Amino acid sequence: MAGETESGTGQDQPVATTHPEGAQIKTEERAEAPNLVVSTGPRGLSERVKQAAIATFITAVLAFFFFPIRTSIAPGGLDITWRWSLYALALIFAFFGKLLVDAYLLSPAGPRVRAMVSGLFILGFVILYAWHPLGDILFGTGQFEELLGSILIGTVFGAILLGLVVLISRATGKIGTAATGVAAQKKADRISTFGKWALRVLFVVALMLPWIVMFLFPNRDRQLIDISILILTYVMLGWGLNIVVGLAGLLDLGYVAFYAVGAYAYALLAQYFGFGFWMALPLAGLFAAMWGIMLGFPVLRLRGDYLAIVTLAFGEIIRVVLLNWSEFTGGPDGIGRIPKPTLFGIEFNRGEGGFADIFGLDYDTIHRFIFFYYIIFVLALITHFATMRLRRLPVGRAWEALREDEIACRSLGINTTLVKLSAFSIGAMFGGFAGSFFATRQGFISPESFTFIESAIILAIVVLGGLGSQIGVVFASIVMIGGIELLRNIGFLSVVFGENFDPTQFRMLIFGLAMVLIMVWKPRGLISARQPSAVYKERKSIGADVVAQGEGH
Amino acid sequence: MSAHPMLKVEGLHAAYGKIVALRGVDVEVAKGEIVTLIGANGAGKSTLMMSICGTPRAKAGQILFDGEDITTTPTHLIMRKGIAQSPEGRRIFARMTVMENLQMGASLVDEQYFDEDLNKVFDLFPRLKERSAQRGGTLSGGEQQMLAIGRALMSRPKMLMLDEPSLGLAPLIVKQIFEAVRELNRNEGLTVFFVEQNAFHALKLAHRGYVLVNGEITMTGTGAELLKREDVRAAYLEGGAH
Repeated sequence: MAGETESGTGQDQPVATTHPEGAQIKTEERAEAPNLVVSTGPRGLSERVKQAAIATFITAVLAFFFFPIRTSIAPGGLDITWRWSLYALALIFAFFGKLLVDAYLLSPAGPRVRAMVSGLFILGFVILYAWHPLGDILFGTGQFEELLGSILIGTVFGAILLGLVVLISRATGKIGTAATGVAAQKKADRISTFGKWALRVLFVVALMLPWIVMFLFPNRDRQLIDISILILTYVMLGWGLNIVVGLAGLLDLGYVAFYAVGAYAYALLAQYFGFGFWMALPLAGLFAAMWGIMLGFPVLRLRGDYLAIVTLAFGEIIRVVLLNWSEFTGGPDGIGRIPKPTLFGIEFNRGEGGFADIFGLDYDTIHRFIFFYYIIFVLALITHFATMRLRRLPVGRAWEALREDEIACRSLGINTTLVKLSAFSIGAMFGGFAGSFFATRQGFISPESFTFIESAIILAIVVLGGLGSQIGVVFASIVMIGGIELLRNIGFLSVVFGENFDPTQFRMLIFGLAMVLIMVWKPRGLISARQPSAVYKERKSIGADVVAQGEGH
Repeated sequence: MSAHPMLKVEGLHAAYGKIVALRGVDVEVAKGEIVTLIGANGAGKSTLMMSICGTPRAKAGQILFDGEDITTTPTHLIMRKGIAQSPEGRRIFARMTVMENLQMGASLVDEQYFDEDLNKVFDLFPRLKERSAQRGGTLSGGEQQMLAIGRALMSRPKMLMLDEPSLGLAPLIVKQIFEAVRELNRNEGLTVFFVEQNAFHALKLAHRGYVLVNGEITMTGTGAELLKREDVRAAYLEGGAH
């Protein structure tokens, strides 16, 4: 220690006066320690600029064939449009973006450097955005908004990918010594008592939601119930995927495939055999489970990144098959007029024999909305209780053990093949249920609804909620899906941002931002406590400090 | 001693791809015996342990457990025949509680034995009882080793295999763990086959020992005999006998 103290003070480094000297030395020790991931980025200003220049160069090389050259089909061949201004803008973004990321994340800079870098960035942004004439001169009339849009989308996708990568690598484990002892336990108990009541209230609210909404927002009840249905669909999908990713630890990037299989199973059964929703529902689950096993077999030996890539490909294969097998699936035109579910044979139609007629009510389209809400509510609850039950059964414990250590699992005589396949197929089954609900709610499905971004959103819900946490999925769904829908209601901001401001266009940006922020502040997801499935004597919830979901070993 | 040994390994060859790890190893463990396998790093000790469990598969030779040929049996079925292993590096389930870890060990055992077995493990390692609600990954190294052994015991094995139980542990903890193994053997007649780097402690605990060098057994004898031999002392004990 003494030697390091000397080396720390011996150098001509600015000593921050606001910190006690010890803290300064400690910081330097940490920065110098070779095996701590503290500072991977550049330090001095010239070094920062150099790195930013390198990043810009790399962007220049990589983006060359994407940004400046646009080919479009013209009569008699291809037409090339040059877009140098877009290219230039992208490079400027890369340069300042790298400076920003370095200054805040990779190698935290002093306040002066930070202020300078972010000031420059914001200033440039504001000038270009707010002062339209300049943008028009630089990039041609009306071009700037479009350019900005593509760059924003690029940034957002980058952020999402980065977020996913970091979250997953954090989730799959690093060494973390967790606090133990009485204090942590007390905290956990307190949280769990509070949590129990919060959950009960949440459940009652969810149960009464359509009525609450009708009472409070009589003018917008359809819209709000519709959003709730959407959120619950994602809750169910999240819970289904939680079995595969959260419990069994098998990273599945193609979960939407099972959603698609469930939706198409119902749509096709209805189209070709005249099946109703309730008859098709179990079959859709069964089909999806079968596909889960079919995916499971070839990937049994894979784990982690390799598994993720294969599942990603699987999701795309299903979509492309649905797209191209036109005679059977309708191809890109999709399948329409999918029948609505009935309540014991009663349809929600106007006129004789409809729901309103039989119960002596005035016909109102909201009846069907409420019915849909309760269908997905019950389906989601079934998913939840099935998962909770399975967790306490040997197969559920084996899933978690598999996530922790596959070799140890095998050394205990557990057939890992069966365990993996069961996780895949049961997770897929719930995805299939949700899919057939989606089909009946929409009344029309096409392969467009089952793109990779759906898988990414579902996975993001699971990871943001806290891998393996059931209630976390609920919160994450509300935030992600409900939050995006909320954006439709802030149109008044167009007064500030100009006529063409459409907040929904920024949803991906906000989505990406939310992921990055949660990754920074709550790296284990929103809810990181884990309820043990077996206890000696009395049941205790284990606080995040002790259980450290997402870190450990 | 019964008619056939608990474990009999004959002429075992094993390899990782082209790298040969074992070249015709013969090992025998009788019922109720504690047998140790000592050797330097890379001698093939862990490979032998793992080959008995089926990964990597034997290229040649035969493995008999309780008189039954298990050379080509799938791993999870071998483990169901009554072999329990505490693997190298312990490999406990870090994010599951101590209790859940033990429950995983008992996956294949009839539930009626669970409480009895659990109490046995807790008697053997009282620390695990104190920590039963704690996450496995938060235990100390010694406690994790106890948990790995406890988890193995929960499967009611006929033979317990330990891969380097002293790895990275303080001498006092090693003593404690070896004492527990001796107790298990004495009181329950459990057969134990274990791999060790810590040759001095291993040979003192074991009834018999094998010395593995470059994938071949070079010496065998009782623990006391091997301890006395000059070449063993020179190769494995010099400076290590503390």
